[in-house]
Amino acid sequence: MIYQGKQKIWADYQKEIPDDHWFYVRSCIRQNFFPASEKYFLKICRDLLGRDIYESEHHTTCAGIAYHCDTIPQETAMTVVARQFALMTEAGYDNLVTSCITSFGNYTEILETWREFPELEAKIREHLWKACRREFNKPKYVAHASDLVYKLRGEIAERAKYHLVSRATGEPLRIVEHIGCHYSKMFPHKGVGGAEYPCVLSGMAESWGGQIIDYPERRHCCGFGFRQYFVQANRGYSVSNTHKKFESMEPFHPDAIITNCPGCPYFLDRWQYVIAEQTGKTYGRNGYGIPVLTYEELAGLVLGVDPWDLGLQVHQVAVEPLLDKIGIPYDPARKYLGMNEKEIMKPGLPSVLKCC
Amino acid sequence: MVNRQPVIAVIGAGIAGLEAARQLAALGYKPVLIEKSGTTGGHVAQWNRLFPDMTPAADVIEPLRAQTAGIKTLLGTEISAINRLKDEYNIVLSDGSSLLCQAVLFATGFRLFDASKKEEYGYGIYDHVITNRDLERWFNTREDRRIQQPKAVGFVHCVGSRDLKAGNTQCSKVCCITAIKQAIEMKEEFPDAEVYCFYMDLRLFGKKYEDFYIKAQRDHGIHFIRGRVSEVGEAIDGRVVVKAEDTLSGRPVKVTLDLLVLMAGILCNPDALRYARDTGVAVDDDGFLKSRDNLAAITESSRPGIFFAGACTGAKTVPETLAEARSAALAIHQYFSNRA
Repeated sequence: MIYQGKQKIWADYQKEIPDDHWFYVRSCIRQNFFPASEKYFLKICRDLLGRDIYESEHHTTCAGIAYHCDTIPQETAMTVVARQFALMTEAGYDNLVTSCITSFGNYTEILETWREFPELEAKIREHLWKACRREFNKPKYVAHASDLVYKLRGEIAERAKYHLVSRATGEPLRIVEHIGCHYSKMFPHKGVGGAEYPCVLSGMAESWGGQIIDYPERRHCCGFGFRQYFVQANRGYSVSNTHKKFESMEPFHPDAIITNCPGCPYFLDRWQYVIAEQTGKTYGRNGYGIPVLTYEELAGLVLGVDPWDLGLQVHQVAVEPLLDKIGIPYDPARKYLGMNEKEIMKPGLPSVLKCC
Repeated sequence: MVNRQPVIAVIGAGIAGLEAARQLAALGYKPVLIEKSGTTGGHVAQWNRLFPDMTPAADVIEPLRAQTAGIKTLLGTEISAINRLKDEYNIVLSDGSSLLCQAVLFATGFRLFDASKKEEYGYGIYDHVITNRDLERWFNTREDRRIQQPKAVGFVHCVGSRDLKAGNTQCSKVCCITAIKQAIEMKEEFPDAEVYCFYMDLRLFGKKYEDFYIKAQRDHGIHFIRGRVSEVGEAIDGRVVVKAEDTLSGRPVKVTLDLLVLMAGILCNPDALRYARDTGVAVDDDGFLKSRDNLAAITESSRPGIFFAGACTGAKTVPETLAEARSAALAIHQYFSNRA
């Protein structure tokens, strides 16, 4: 591996990310899968780093899932997105930051389509006006929330309580990064680092002390792939894709996986249980899996947030081995206590994949 | 009476420039060769053997060098600008001097596509990914730490040619046969190695090329896989993992190789494009210099006194380039004959 070669490519794919004043749009599904990720994105950016991030309770889905599943035409998705732009305009913002990778891809694709076909933009403005009497300005900048955390990674590192370093050996933790397909595979110049060797997540992990693993199936789909999962008959494809990735990364002995998409961490996490049940194989040490974290969760851990406040107890793969490796304290007795300190019910334990 | 005293600047001392200068000298003219690098011979001088007869490149280069030894040759000389005058051209050279000439022959050759631009193939990222030029250099020098008794070698055709995304839709013409030549050479060098060629079409148009291709399969057992490589990764031992689609069997293929050779395509030399701007010469849709007529006057530009030879008008083989250089010399002679 020629690291300088990657740096050369990264230099070609740097995007402008404004430092402040963002209109934030949440994901449809992330709060179910990773309940504290979006909350801690806001807490870190607003409370810790003093940035102005605004969100509106009137925000809806961007319709990206329906669009990619072919259940609605793109013009419908465009009109929904035009309404989000109207909310942003009404709130007085120019910069749009999305929580979801598919939303980021959807917004980017729509803006690029309007750039190529201005008559379509005019038509959508008319649709929006007829539907809800709203008008909008297009955002000056569209970023994914991971872009913003990438930009702020140095400030987070300055405030870090823990580093991605093995407490026992002092060696950097071995981190697998996996970006969502809709982040930069459609428009490489819209992603930090491009499509082939993106550095949005690797930049964070390295800033916080980790070492990135480049394994052969690094670019391969996580297994979500809308039609692989949403079409029930295709779910075998979904798990087999995930299996392929784990087989490929296994020799590198990763300590953790970091992701920036709603689907990727979900499937990389949950399918480890399915693969273990089907094949009897686990990919972490001593029968555990490889913990899969969102970048907000990883940032939270680095900053010293309690793992259970970050929602790590809802992951399928136990995160305790990773916490122990770094030396992050946690109270096992609090793992399944809710915000009100009452039990939220303990899950049943898998027969193969070891969980704490 | 033809004036044999005009100054004829030949830009580029590769095989096109050398052969044209040789012919012009034989016709009684006094050409001046201007070469940017410190030596003559161009790309061919860096090659080891040439298809389809495995002729040593030196067998082409050395006689040309010997036969042009008496011709004025400005080595290590770049062209700062070319000024168009009424019936002449003033070439400003990097040493500050200038050359007033009555005819200019562009023998500027080509530039290989920068393979690192095809990021998915990992040139400049993965240790065991090299280009056709790197391999040819190894044949010449045997010095390249990336080539260590490979047991599996792959060749990727059409890297940066016939590729809209790479900005070059043209066929580079000589890559298919060069890949076959280099594949055979690697098989001869490492008989136990498995050798794969990933191609989208095989364009084997030249004399004996098809025989060469059959020989590669029949005598050397080289595997030809019709399908483009989608991506390259690096295994934990540093070998490269290549993913492609075999479009004949309709199946994806994945092989782990010790060496992957990218057949970088041919682009017009950017210097030639600059000189074209200076002199008012047109550039064709394919990115190469535009001839006055692509059928009947390939060596002539639309500007009086400016002529072309070799790869400045498109990718060419060695015999095509030499033939075109001779043709360009005759076209220049005709130009001065008509002015006499």
